Amino acid sequence: MPILQPIGRTFLVFLEATGRLSLFTIMSLSHCLRPPYYPRLVLRQMIEIGYYSLPVVGLTAIFTGMVLALQSYTGFARFSAESAIPNVVVVSITRELGPVLAGLMVAGRVGASMAAEIGTMRVTEQIDALDTLATNPFKYLIAPRLIAGLTMLPILVLIADIIGVFGGYLVSTQKLGFNPAAYLQNTWDFIEAQDVISGLVKAAVFGFLVTLMGCYHGYNSRGGAQGVGAATTNAVVSASILILSFNYFITELFFAR
Amino acid sequence: MNDTPTAPLSEGAAAAPARQGTPKIQIRGLTKAFGPKVVLDGIDLDIYPGESMLVIGGSGSGKSVLLKCILGLLHPEAGSIKVDGEEVVGLYGDDLDRVRRKFGMLFQNAALFDSLTVWENVAFGLIQGQRMARGEARGIALEKLAAVGLNEEVARLMPAELSGGMRKRVGLARAIATEPEIIFFDEPTTGLDPIMGDVIDRLIVQCVKQLGATGLSITHDMASARRISDRVAMLYHGKIIWVGETATIDRSGNPYVDQFINGRADGPIQMEVRAL
Repeated sequence: MPILQPIGRTFLVFLEATGRLSLFTIMSLSHCLRPPYYPRLVLRQMIEIGYYSLPVVGLTAIFTGMVLALQSYTGFARFSAESAIPNVVVVSITRELGPVLAGLMVAGRVGASMAAEIGTMRVTEQIDALDTLATNPFKYLIAPRLIAGLTMLPILVLIADIIGVFGGYLVSTQKLGFNPAAYLQNTWDFIEAQDVISGLVKAAVFGFLVTLMGCYHGYNSRGGAQGVGAATTNAVVSASILILSFNYFITELFFAR
Repeated sequence: MNDTPTAPLSEGAAAAPARQGTPKIQIRGLTKAFGPKVVLDGIDLDIYPGESMLVIGGSGSGKSVLLKCILGLLHPEAGSIKVDGEEVVGLYGDDLDRVRRKFGMLFQNAALFDSLTVWENVAFGLIQGQRMARGEARGIALEKLAAVGLNEEVARLMPAELSGGMRKRVGLARAIATEPEIIFFDEPTTGLDPIMGDVIDRLIVQCVKQLGATGLSITHDMASARRISDRVAMLYHGKIIWVGETATIDRSGNPYVDQFINGRADGPIQMEVRAL
């Protein structure tokens, strides 16, 4: 019996957490759709998530593209298959590395700051103050962030795709002796709409997950500075795990035969 | 909980004139527990229009929980709360927001939104709650800030740039900006020096009088209690053990109230202090 008890307790805690998160998600989504809307706040969050994440996502993308070209060259050279490099770079970036790395970087940057901000608002009674001023915190705090995450991540990933391919192009033409025109032509010939679209769908889902986790852990944080610290950690860790697992499921949805 | 001596309920009724009409807020049998810990245990309390009611009680006695239940921020396990005769327990969404528009609240640490400027904080209820145009709301915000002794220069600052006393004043201006019918004050003088405490108390009395609002405050600062309230209720172990006029509190004849207002460690209220 003592062995079964902790298993049962853990299972119940898991079920409770899943239920609470599901309710939170449903409430948040319903408030995204119903008026009043806060376009000014949505715009502010779009700038915060989209514009201010550009440098970190851009840097990640360019170095990833560069490494990808370099690594595949050293591997493919053994089979004299160097000409496949543009194809490998563009498919890897658009399908996988663009959305996943951008999602993880945004989880670290935006998810953490959302959890910390909303968590601090919770422990300093600012969320209670919103309620008493007849303003729904789901509408005022959470819906604008979810909408901004959902819409800005695909745009960020599109930019990351272009920068990532450019990184591969730079290394291939400057270091590995590829012909610039041929490299671009190869890339263009090989790329398919589905590669890019699947990446953008992933990006939208990841954007939603990152902001949802930031808001959920922040909104439910308790107990002062320590609680806010824990909320921040949980937001980043849970968003990262969800990104990696949803990445698999979306890939299966798009490409599994 | 069970080994706690049951405190006798005594009413300072001899000196208290009978209050007329429907209570603005009527609380009956209000019970709230967090897990096994019962914080409010069947509270009955009437607050009449235009009066300033004060709830006193030790730290952790459930004063803040009482306010949060009335505002619908916490959901009680049992009991009824009526505002202007309308049941508040169980309300949600737009109905709850409609009732909340009757309230203003000054939070313990002011709870100013730190991403907004001072005037935007004060105008928040007008712009978001009442959908007023920003320009018009700004005018009212400046007026309310002037009423609590703050000028236009302060209105442009961020809350992080304010001192404790100024934050309280901005919090007060925000609480009165929508001209609510009922205003709650959660420990309005905690953390302030005695002089600033007096300034805030005077502002509270002045603002409540001007608006003709009903006030409900919680505090354990007895000097402040005497200045801002007409009636006092004492909360102890989840129950209201005494209600009476503030002027009669020194003659309450209730040993619990006597011990509390005189701040003595000896008496029927025993602090749960563990030896190290």
